[in-house]
Amino acid sequence: MNIAVTVAPDSAGLVLPDRVRSSMYTDPAMFEAEMARIFERTWVWVAHASEIAEPGAFKMAMVGLQPVIVVRDRKGAVHVHVNRCRHRAATVCEVAKGKTNSFVCPYHGWSYALDGSLRGVPYDTGYAGAIDKREFPLKSLRVEEYAGLIFASFRHDIEPLADFLGGAKKWIDLFMKQSAGYPLTTLGEHKFRFPGNWKIQLENTTDAYHFPLVHKSFLTATDKETEAMMDIMNNGGFVEDLGNGHSVMVMVPGLVDLDENLDAPIPRKFEALAAKLAQDHSAQEVRRIVRAVGGTGFNLNLFPNLGCSAAFFRVLQPISVDETEVRHVALGMQGGPKAANRARLRIHEFFQGPMGFGSPDDAEVWDRVQHGAQGGKDLWLMLNRGTVNEETLADGHRRGDVSAETGMRAAYRQWKAMMEVAS
Amino acid sequence: MNLPVMTPAIGLDEAMHFAWLEADLLDHACYDEWLALWTPQARYVVPIDPAATEFEDCLNYIYDDHDMRRKRTERLVSGQSISASPVARTVRLLSRFRILQADHSACELRCAQMLTENRRGRTRSYAANVSHRLVRDAGTLKIDQKIVRLINSTEALGGIGYIL
Repeated sequence: MNIAVTVAPDSAGLVLPDRVRSSMYTDPAMFEAEMARIFERTWVWVAHASEIAEPGAFKMAMVGLQPVIVVRDRKGAVHVHVNRCRHRAATVCEVAKGKTNSFVCPYHGWSYALDGSLRGVPYDTGYAGAIDKREFPLKSLRVEEYAGLIFASFRHDIEPLADFLGGAKKWIDLFMKQSAGYPLTTLGEHKFRFPGNWKIQLENTTDAYHFPLVHKSFLTATDKETEAMMDIMNNGGFVEDLGNGHSVMVMVPGLVDLDENLDAPIPRKFEALAAKLAQDHSAQEVRRIVRAVGGTGFNLNLFPNLGCSAAFFRVLQPISVDETEVRHVALGMQGGPKAANRARLRIHEFFQGPMGFGSPDDAEVWDRVQHGAQGGKDLWLMLNRGTVNEETLADGHRRGDVSAETGMRAAYRQWKAMMEVAS
Repeated sequence: MNLPVMTPAIGLDEAMHFAWLEADLLDHACYDEWLALWTPQARYVVPIDPAATEFEDCLNYIYDDHDMRRKRTERLVSGQSISASPVARTVRLLSRFRILQADHSACELRCAQMLTENRRGRTRSYAANVSHRLVRDAGTLKIDQKIVRLINSTEALGGIGYIL
């Protein structure tokens, strides 16, 4: 058992309904405990089905701080294995993504089938019959998939993924409509790190309040239509607590369901694209593709590591208490029109990544949060914005206005519930 | 018999001095002069995939036409971007120049770039292979394409709020 599990700092006093202690960002013991109590005990997103579409396709990923391999076997089943040889621990894979028939340890040559079973042990006469290969498969996680999102868990007795996602499933379904009837596919990713705690980024995905200030330079550089659309403080959006730590922030209410309002006029910014698409698509298809091309008008935050964020996946990878890796995975239409996928790539490059017009400014303020949190450790991080006007819906979900800190409160409630379970 | 007047191919010396000029303008934040170095249809590309050649159809860090280059420079001086207030100070060294192909009107130049940045107490460095396609335009050279291939492009990077 991880020592941190038994000596986890008392979390009860650290999280109140509307504020949390700043040691949440700075305490290394807390970080260790989070990896054990949250990341090793819940469903963690590891891949999109399109990343490992064919038999034998694999990618490397992480669950908490543990390296794993996500692989599709010859029959199409997806496995997630700890990337560690059962002999003396060397990784059996150091290729980020690819296709293979087996995983072979480079140290002594133990080889594993795609389902994780140990197949070959070189010079096994040295064991004189005292080794049973069935005892040494790669350690496997439980795997489930919803709408192409593949999650893994170290807990084999965990609740079904569908139950864990609960109220978020409806929003995942809406998010997937942005491939306009084509299969959704990943189109590459931007990856960057910032010197700060992972929860700073988790909070940000449902933080509308920062947008007009931190992203002023993006709003200045973009076209007038996008600027008006992204005036999110004034567009009637909302944030909803979806349970289990998940939440959604609706920034552009008119872009929640991309199958609706197909008769709306085509925005000027997409007129050239629409004209190009019209050469080999029906008017109805053109409208559907154009409406979906900029992504959805909401950010869905799935606790603890995935954001289905407007037009891309945001993946959080904690590195240490004060270091976090963020990946922004671009999405597109598999087999869809080249012009539309190009438009999606350019939209992604404009805002995202270490050289975009948005992400570096986010990274800068998160860095500042981590630095500032070194001071005034007796002070609280305030998450009380929008508590007064928050309403409770018929299904029990809480909903606040677009800039309410409802999503952060939801995440920390789940954080607390998981951290208080000792083993 | 009349022989055609032969304009000499763009040479290493001329191309190298041009690349150094560009590097100097960027390190000294002379963005208007930098913008004037490009042909109207030129692209400035920072790819992710080391093997990529069809940049338009894949995800890059940067795939800038003239309009995007202009916006990128405006962002660096507007004061609206917190990651560029102040802009990181940079020093870039360009060396290991080689002309891969040249005639009198255009050349492909490849070189190594070692860039060091300092900002808010942190110093970072980025190594890259840089390729320029230079064209002769009314007697002077212009950049028709610049590709910056960071050697760690597939790794997680820090925020890069300046022009590579």
